[in-house]
Amino acid sequence: MAIAEDIRIKPSSETLLRPDRPKPPRNYAQFIRWALLFLGGVLMVMPLVYMISTSLKYSFEVYNLNLIPEEPTLENYTYVLEDGRFYTWFLNSLIIATLTTISTLIFDSLVGYVLCKFKFRGRYLIFIAILSTLMIPTEMLVIPWYLMSQQLGWLDTYWGIMFPGLMTAFGVFLMKQFFETVPDDFLEAARIDGLNELQIWWSVAMPLVKPALAALAIFVFLGNWTAFIWPLIATTDTALYTLPVGLSSFGDEADVAWELIMTGAAISTLPTLVVFLIFQRFIIRGVVMAGLKG
Amino acid sequence: MANLALRDLVKTYDRTEVLHSINLDVKDGEFVVFVGPSGCGKSTTLRMIAGLEEVTSGTVEIGGQVVNNLEPKDRDIAMVFQNYAIYPHMTVRKNIAFGLRTSKMTRAQKEARIEEVAGILGMTEYLDRKPNQLSGGQRQRVAIGRAMVRDPAVFLFDEPLSNLDAQLRTQMRLEIKKLHRRVGSTIVFVTHDQVEAMTMADRIVIMKDGHIQQIGSPAEVYHAPANTFVAQFIGAPSMNLLEGRGTASGVTLWTGAALATGPKADGKALTIGIRPEDLHVVESGGVLSGVVSVAEPLGSETLVYVDVDGKEIIASASGRTPPAAGDRITLDLDVRNLHVFDAASGEALA
Ligand SMILES: Nc1ncnc2c1ncn2[C@@H]1O[C@H](COP(=O)(O)OP(=O)(O)OP(=O)(O)O)[C@@H](O)[C@H]1O
Ligand SMILES: [Mg+2]
Repeated sequence: MAIAEDIRIKPSSETLLRPDRPKPPRNYAQFIRWALLFLGGVLMVMPLVYMISTSLKYSFEVYNLNLIPEEPTLENYTYVLEDGRFYTWFLNSLIIATLTTISTLIFDSLVGYVLCKFKFRGRYLIFIAILSTLMIPTEMLVIPWYLMSQQLGWLDTYWGIMFPGLMTAFGVFLMKQFFETVPDDFLEAARIDGLNELQIWWSVAMPLVKPALAALAIFVFLGNWTAFIWPLIATTDTALYTLPVGLSSFGDEADVAWELIMTGAAISTLPTLVVFLIFQRFIIRGVVMAGLKG
Repeated sequence: MANLALRDLVKTYDRTEVLHSINLDVKDGEFVVFVGPSGCGKSTTLRMIAGLEEVTSGTVEIGGQVVNNLEPKDRDIAMVFQNYAIYPHMTVRKNIAFGLRTSKMTRAQKEARIEEVAGILGMTEYLDRKPNQLSGGQRQRVAIGRAMVRDPAVFLFDEPLSNLDAQLRTQMRLEIKKLHRRVGSTIVFVTHDQVEAMTMADRIVIMKDGHIQQIGSPAEVYHAPANTFVAQFIGAPSMNLLEGRGTASGVTLWTGAALATGPKADGKALTIGIRPEDLHVVESGGVLSGVVSVAEPLGSETLVYVDVDGKEIIASASGRTPPAAGDRITLDLDVRNLHVFDAASGEALA
């Protein structure tokens, strides 16, 4: 509880939102801690700052590494937003990331729940099999995926882009671990109250693991929103490009239009921020609720 | 409302038999308490009645119908769990309403029923609170409410009071008993606390290692324990068990004292039981005498631990003029209050 409160209150409301009132470092160790955190923060933020800075530059200035553009301009934004393709890609990404997130939440938690709460022969083996897929990197899988999609006619379809991500081994693992924290009594009480197993999962177990679902939703949405390699391989039709694939196609063979790519990227971070802000609440509330239950 | 019958009920986990042929008849409207030490199989029995645990062999009958193959929801039972099992994400009202999800009542009837149950439990003003805004006792009341709302034939309670503090436990004990009188359902209540068992039960079922030791009213199990286990388990402080031997005219204690009671089995090794309150401190002429090692004043009485020929005996002495540690005292008893058991088997002898 004490730790949770620390994490919750200090960095978000005090230091981030009100940088004008930082607490003075009390001693040497504290100073080092703050310095390290500051350094980490700067490292994290730099790419973002460069992204925004580049999006405000004219193309001739892109390769100057100055942070403040000499001639700041919003021309890139008007260009990108007037280019109809941007909206198509944005929409594609939104649809794909949303559907995969919903699918992952449902199927990962179903499988995790069953592996956690039902005793049956071979469940351990299944769990290990699912976990072991975590050790295979995407780069190794794209070729089999491609061959499969080609034969099944899935190339250049939403389904083709989405299918590898509709379920994740990591999510199954995460949900299984979280369902361990749900006491069996809850499920048995519901069983006596006359719910069937699917209803128990949905209306009793799921609400009790909301923090995990929220965390998983953030991971999966961000992962799919920024996915690049597979959507690039699975699509040739520009109308089916996702945002990252589409953005990388700005410019021509001779010259990559970094300022446009950065502009698109800057715009495309907005939905991820929204998703984070929505789901992050659940995570914090979950921590608080667990604390009160003692 | 219904009676409940267990016939030759056996439960085996991975070839280990944990319940051995349990037979029990619970009458309609009866309050039966299962009591026994940890791991004796109380919960397992209860869960088999509820249908949460598969029956290995034997039958469970509710209302004259064998329910072995019925789902829990079709058995017309309700269960209250030790750690409440009320849903933290729902208000009290929703929690209680949960028990009615599958009922065919109209919405208005359900509302009325929830209000009625909340009224009985004194929870009306808390209906719109979440469980984390309730005290332990109130949470347990919600759990009971969720069980009550469906008006089940049989109520099952698995140690519902053990998470409450002593005072609240006494209070809830009384409330559950009143509730039983009011709704008149059949109740099977599991506890490992013999005081709970004695105070609430119409009949007590005492279990040990998956066997029923004795079934009887609180008075019966207290005054006529079937064996030394029951004799020691029921009653606090425990009954004194003394070594003895049968003679032609009665029994002889290990001290040599002769008493005219028992089965007149000559030479047989016996265990003689006597409750602390049946031993009286006397000035002279007692049966046992020894030195007080510890005196525990409880107000109304004082428990004295007396060393009699190397054996520690607990006796209950007056609260006003208690003996002190180090005193040599004499204890007398009435032979009618003695319990005689076979020393080898522990079974009570007539
Ligand atoms: N799922 C299980 N697998 C194997 N053995 C079990 C299982 N559940 C219970 N047992 C065993 O069955 C026996 C009876 O358990 P049970 O839970 O019924 O005891 P209890 O009388 O309710 O004890 P307590 O007072 O501690 O709740 C115990 O020896 C326990 O180890
Ligand atoms: Mg138990």
